[in-house]
Amino acid sequence: MTAFVQLQPKKRMVEIRIDGKKVQAAEGTTILDACRALGEEIPTLCFLDTLHPVNVCRVCVVELEGSRVLVPACSRKVAAGMVIQTNSERVRLSRKLVLEFLASSVDLSTTPDVAGWLTDYGAKPERFGPPAPASKDGVRDAAVAGHHHPPDARYAATVAQPPKIDNDLYLRDYKKCILCYKCVEACGTDHQNTFAIAVAGRGFDARIATEFAAPLPDSACVYCGNCIAVCPTGALMFKSEYDHRQAGTWDEARQTVTRTVCPYCGVGCNLDLHVQDNEIVKVSSPLDHDVTQGNLCIKGRFGWKYVQNRKPRPD
Amino acid sequence: MDLHLSKVEPSPDEREVVDALLGAPQARHEHTAAGGHAARSRRHLLLPVLQAVQSRIGWISEGALSYVCLRLSVPPAEAYGVATFYALLSTTPRPKRVVHVCDDIACRCKGAEDLCARLEKEKEKGDALFLRSPCLGLCEQAPAALVTVAGPKPSEQLLGNVTAAKGVSGVEKRLSLPQKGDASLRLLKRVGVVDPTSLDDYRAHGGYAALRRALEIGPEAVVREVTDAKLMGRGGAAFPTGRKWDAVAKQAVRPHYLVCNADESEPGTFKDRVLMEEDPFGLIEAMTVAAYATGCERGFIYLRGEYPLAYERLAHAIEAARARGFLGERILGRPFAFEIEIRRGGGAYICGEETAVFNSIEGFRGEPRNKPPFPVESGLFGKPTVINNVETLVNVLEILRIGGPAYAAIGTPGSTGTRLFCLSGCVAKPGVYEVPFGATLRQLLDLAGGVADGRPLRAILLGGAAGVFVRPDELDIPLTFEGVQAAKATLGSGVIMVFDDRVDMTDILRRIAAFFRDESCGQCVPCRVGTVRQEEALHRIQVRKTFGTAKDEMALLEEVGQAMKDASICGLGQTAYSAIQSAVTRLRLFEGATTP
Repeated sequence: MTAFVQLQPKKRMVEIRIDGKKVQAAEGTTILDACRALGEEIPTLCFLDTLHPVNVCRVCVVELEGSRVLVPACSRKVAAGMVIQTNSERVRLSRKLVLEFLASSVDLSTTPDVAGWLTDYGAKPERFGPPAPASKDGVRDAAVAGHHHPPDARYAATVAQPPKIDNDLYLRDYKKCILCYKCVEACGTDHQNTFAIAVAGRGFDARIATEFAAPLPDSACVYCGNCIAVCPTGALMFKSEYDHRQAGTWDEARQTVTRTVCPYCGVGCNLDLHVQDNEIVKVSSPLDHDVTQGNLCIKGRFGWKYVQNRKPRPD
Repeated sequence: MDLHLSKVEPSPDEREVVDALLGAPQARHEHTAAGGHAARSRRHLLLPVLQAVQSRIGWISEGALSYVCLRLSVPPAEAYGVATFYALLSTTPRPKRVVHVCDDIACRCKGAEDLCARLEKEKEKGDALFLRSPCLGLCEQAPAALVTVAGPKPSEQLLGNVTAAKGVSGVEKRLSLPQKGDASLRLLKRVGVVDPTSLDDYRAHGGYAALRRALEIGPEAVVREVTDAKLMGRGGAAFPTGRKWDAVAKQAVRPHYLVCNADESEPGTFKDRVLMEEDPFGLIEAMTVAAYATGCERGFIYLRGEYPLAYERLAHAIEAARARGFLGERILGRPFAFEIEIRRGGGAYICGEETAVFNSIEGFRGEPRNKPPFPVESGLFGKPTVINNVETLVNVLEILRIGGPAYAAIGTPGSTGTRLFCLSGCVAKPGVYEVPFGATLRQLLDLAGGVADGRPLRAILLGGAAGVFVRPDELDIPLTFEGVQAAKATLGSGVIMVFDDRVDMTDILRRIAAFFRDESCGQCVPCRVGTVRQEEALHRIQVRKTFGTAKDEMALLEEVGQAMKDASICGLGQTAYSAIQSAVTRLRLFEGATTP
């Protein structure tokens, strides 16, 4: 992660126990940090090193002795004497259910790692019933807080809906949205300070939305694409990647990733060019970059079409 | 941050109502003054101004939202997120007149479903919008409805004993206090006795004696009295009030805030409404004492939006108290300043969660925060905050009147003082009852005249939708914190809802499940999806279309419930399975459930 220059004296260390093992952890760090230092695998979805933890997905919950309920490892700070179980029956049950809740209501087909977790925790999302058919465009955007939708005994409710394609650069396929708040954080105070999107609605109808569900070109969006960079499920996707996937030509095995420096201004952001068949298909930026933390602007993120438009040099 | 605003202009009416609340714009680019800080520091006015637009215009249009955003320098997407969080606000056009009919559990026992069915039929006619509503807190006069009329002179009425004749008619609720005049009453002693609009009458009935005593003995001694009284919070969590006050009083960070949680929304609860409507000065005095003890200069009453009369009476009481020097700069001539502001909820049960209250007041979505940090350390506006329920605060007056140790002698050693219980459903004399801790469920039921019409008792819901069902053979449970704990039950918010043999309990359960689904804020996965899966499973059992056997569905419910309880962020998700679980385990409701 980010290598900051140490300006303050080192933090006090506290001793905690994780799964029976004694661990020294720096005060102010989280249970997740301590688990990772131990090499313990804790699944996470809404957590990202470069964003404030919102601890909403609850897939990282662990059992803390003395606590009535499970606690989120990603945000709970260590305190001396904590005794933590990361793999107890209770923990495994909650994680299994959280994964089942998500897999039965959201399309996780482009969420990395989740297939493995579903197997590991014995999740069977199909036990809630066959997924309900997709709602028509705009129906979920119009849902009113507190209005009851009676359940349908044939199906498990889902967030399935058509993708929102309202510009040439990226699209919002909210049938894949797990509501992790990462895009809202990246668009807001954590990174971009644009505030083009926020969570709207309530409960199962909660959704990421612009004001009055306006199309992106009418919103405050500046197309920095930093929301795409933090989206854990592929709900936010480059149009170029989406088109390839639709055509069945998206093949990560055939892709190379080349790190280079953005050619536009003097900041010098790093770009990772994802290239398939000699064509740039998307651009990312390393999260562990000291200056940019994986953020780019519209130019670095999307301004690469000209590379493809160059005429081949005559031999 | 650049504000990106819609090109749609507000109408003159919309502009007028916003300016009436925020003041006329000071300059053309007011929102950029002091780098935008000045405008943004008023973010806490977002919900009040949206409510003002709603009650003047009947809905919040794009132009109105945009103008509010300009005035407060709030990004429109965020303001839209806030507006769409509350059931009483609408971002699509609505008729001026809206009828919110309660179809929640207490009203269901009194024919709410028939009422709704008739209104549903008449829906197309007429110029009113009919909406179903969760519990409106008028359970003793079920069925209830809230009628709002938008316009230059907006009106709101909470009606009881509603019938469907000629649209909706009902009685504007009148006080029904079965124990009125009983000399043993402590919290309710002035209810129905004093004129709630008269400060003089309040003082003639012992009002402001507690504040005088508090000012005499000093803040530390007040905290000591409350600690000695062993007062426990009455909102549901039963946290020792003295410890909470002490923690805030000792915080070096300033300012401290006091929040009175009056967002009483737990289905079956109406005790705080009765206190606020009938003895509003009592709450104002109690808050002043609490503020003095804990060093708060500013207090907020977060009042549920569906209580128009309580709002009117509290607002009047605050004005009257201020005019007479009981609030304001130098209270009773002492160097002690305190101000109270009322904030109204927007129709969201979750905003009764103590940290969701803070977010709602601050102008954000009413989503609960993660704890720790706890409110005593970082609460409203990130400052040390005392947050107490209405009933808890009102107890403080009695503690100061008789002294902490004397108060602690009332009730049982583990549960001191008296407690308000809300009796509703199929009971002969529904209403609020005050008894010392230690009375049994049977005694309360007898006090309220037993089951209505002499029917056999089927079950009692104790504590609210987040509470548990108990059987007719469990009536000897002592209603103390320790008594209900031993019986694996809860006092919750003091709900005792009675069901006779005619009530379809499966239907009641499904309504409880629907309540949690509708009221979940949607922030965390276990609650957002778990409450949906829970209602779906109950629905399948109800219509006998189970996946696998009914037993499989119960196993599914149990796992869903366990995950909600263990992994949800706040109390809503953590208790969403409680009543349903108790119906399965205690009432054995689905024992005979068959498989298709």
